[in-house]
Amino acid sequence: MRRPRAGLAALVPYLWLGVFFAFPFLLVAKLSLSDTALAIPPYAPRLRWTDGVDGLRAFAAALDPETYARLWRDRLYLDAYASSLRLAAVATALLLLVGYPMAYGMSRFPPRARSILVMAVILPFWTSFLIRIYAWIAILKPAGLLNAALGALGLPALNLLNTEAAVIVGLVYAYLPFMVLPLYAVLEKQDDSLVEAAQDLGASRAGAFWRVTFPLSLPGVAAGALLCFIPMVGEFVIPDLLGGSGTLMLGRTIWTEFFANRDWPAASAVAIVLLATLVIPILVFQRQQAKVVR
Amino acid sequence: MDPGADRAVSGRPVIGAVRSTFAPWDDPGARPLVRFEGVARRFGQVAAVDGVSLEIYEREFFALLGPSGCGKTTLMRLLAGFEQPDEGRILLEARDIAGLPPHARPTSMMFQSYALFPHLTAAQNIAFGLKQQRLPRREIAARVDEMLALVKLEGLGGRKPDQLSGGQRQRVALARAIAPRPRILLLDEPLAALDKKLRDETQFELMRLQHDLAMTFMIVTHDQEEAMVVADRIAVMREGRIVQVGRPAEIYEAPASRYVAGFIGEVNLFEGRLEAQADGAAYVACPDAPGGLAAATDQGLAHGLAVCLAVRPEKMVLHAEPPAPGRNRLAGKVVDIGYLGDWTTYVVEVAPGRTVRAARANATRMAERPLGWGDEVWLTFAPDAAVVLTA
Repeated sequence: MRRPRAGLAALVPYLWLGVFFAFPFLLVAKLSLSDTALAIPPYAPRLRWTDGVDGLRAFAAALDPETYARLWRDRLYLDAYASSLRLAAVATALLLLVGYPMAYGMSRFPPRARSILVMAVILPFWTSFLIRIYAWIAILKPAGLLNAALGALGLPALNLLNTEAAVIVGLVYAYLPFMVLPLYAVLEKQDDSLVEAAQDLGASRAGAFWRVTFPLSLPGVAAGALLCFIPMVGEFVIPDLLGGSGTLMLGRTIWTEFFANRDWPAASAVAIVLLATLVIPILVFQRQQAKVVR
Repeated sequence: MDPGADRAVSGRPVIGAVRSTFAPWDDPGARPLVRFEGVARRFGQVAAVDGVSLEIYEREFFALLGPSGCGKTTLMRLLAGFEQPDEGRILLEARDIAGLPPHARPTSMMFQSYALFPHLTAAQNIAFGLKQQRLPRREIAARVDEMLALVKLEGLGGRKPDQLSGGQRQRVALARAIAPRPRILLLDEPLAALDKKLRDETQFELMRLQHDLAMTFMIVTHDQEEAMVVADRIAVMREGRIVQVGRPAEIYEAPASRYVAGFIGEVNLFEGRLEAQADGAAYVACPDAPGGLAAATDQGLAHGLAVCLAVRPEKMVLHAEPPAPGRNRLAGKVVDIGYLGDWTTYVVEVAPGRTVRAARANATRMAERPLGWGDEVWLTFAPDAAVVLTA
């Protein structure tokens, strides 16, 4: 019999999801419904397994959504959400503007050169992410490389470090491969004869691009945009290193609540709301993918 | 119709021509629609097209025929504007079209892969070229409906290419290429992806369309049967050059070279030496036929010249009893029989390792074939069934 075996194999990804996603998610969800307490770990109530069903009931009764109400009342959290989404959206738009021409250019090269270019896109991953972001501090700081170059050209200096602009520069830099690679994947496998057919039917080069190449690359645009947008909303390292204290982003909010304020329930609630917000674009993306597969 | 019409222009009989008055290529006053003048296109060291001169006339169905890699597709792409000639000129209606990009040329191409836009419906695909011409929306809609009806796809205009069968996709591609009313329609192996039965039907469909629309079609194909069926004239290509241009019957019945004779259909080639020439016949000594060979020819040939006689299998006559001795008489043994239903091909060994093919129409429903494997047979052919080849 082969069916039960196939069933077992199908179970493996669910097991994986259960152990490494659903279970931690439930823990965080539970935490977000707890209250802070002066204890180790710093929250209450605690579930006592020794009390059996009564203990479970008492535990459930002690849970309350007060933390979520606090997120709603406190402007700080809402501002952090708004600025995270805004920065991620701006960075995604810039990534498309930079990444699309790159991917398109790569797909125009002869096949042998293309694999070298793909290597070049992936190459930065060989260096630590943290080091690459630190390098941007050296570029953007007041006496950094950027201002030295601007000074040499007789242009006024820019004070970018610890601004939102620096965060966006860092985001665009760090996420560029995640934009370029999905776009390249769809553009590279596009049939050249489609563009030739469009030109043959009277479309100029630009017309053929906008009426054939671009619409056919939309699945890659969606994949790249979501692949960048979703993690950028929760990004921590880049705003922390390049944005300074003035930049409000959720990754830093969670970090501050958890480590500085020792408010584990608040940190958990912020994370849960973030996840819920991002589920929507993920579902949109999956529907898009399903369409492409069909 | 005047039976002499075919002879009128050139003054000599047209060999095997289908009776027709459409022959602008024989009319010295006719102006070609397309004219290639010494066109060459090189890719690196390789000349894909090498000095091609060719004229195509209005309302002609013209076929470029050759094996893959002979340059026929490159020649077509030169006309469409996807390639630029390294040498020579291409004239469309007496205007040099060098440098004109594909979108500015009044040509339409139907791609071998069809190249249908997968994100557009059949109707939107057909409308693509019309939108580029900035026709009014009403007219586009009317023309799309007309095209869908023309290729018998009424009601399927809303389907995406992946919801259509291979044959339907082929017809959408055809309708899309015809819709902008090009001066010449270029068909790159249009039937290669279809199965045999559909291909046969579509050949006649293409001829009907070309006739009804009064358009000029140029087809590229490696399938000689396809070219013979659809085309008014065929250009046979080899290694970037055109080796013969003519009506299908001329190419078949009067091939200019061994290559053309062998590429178009089956042929028996008899290599020999010219012994004498008299009364429009050439007499050739050939080791296959002890009595010698004779072929009708009006070429002036040098005595002793190495020549080749080409005889089609269906023009070989099979005998079970020895015929009277004489010329054009071969003896051998049946070594293979291929039954094709309508025809039977007999492979006859006339000398060790040397075989000749003879085809016989199966005119009756005799279950028992009169000839079998190993039977001793004799082959004869009429002098005017043979073509004398020197190339």
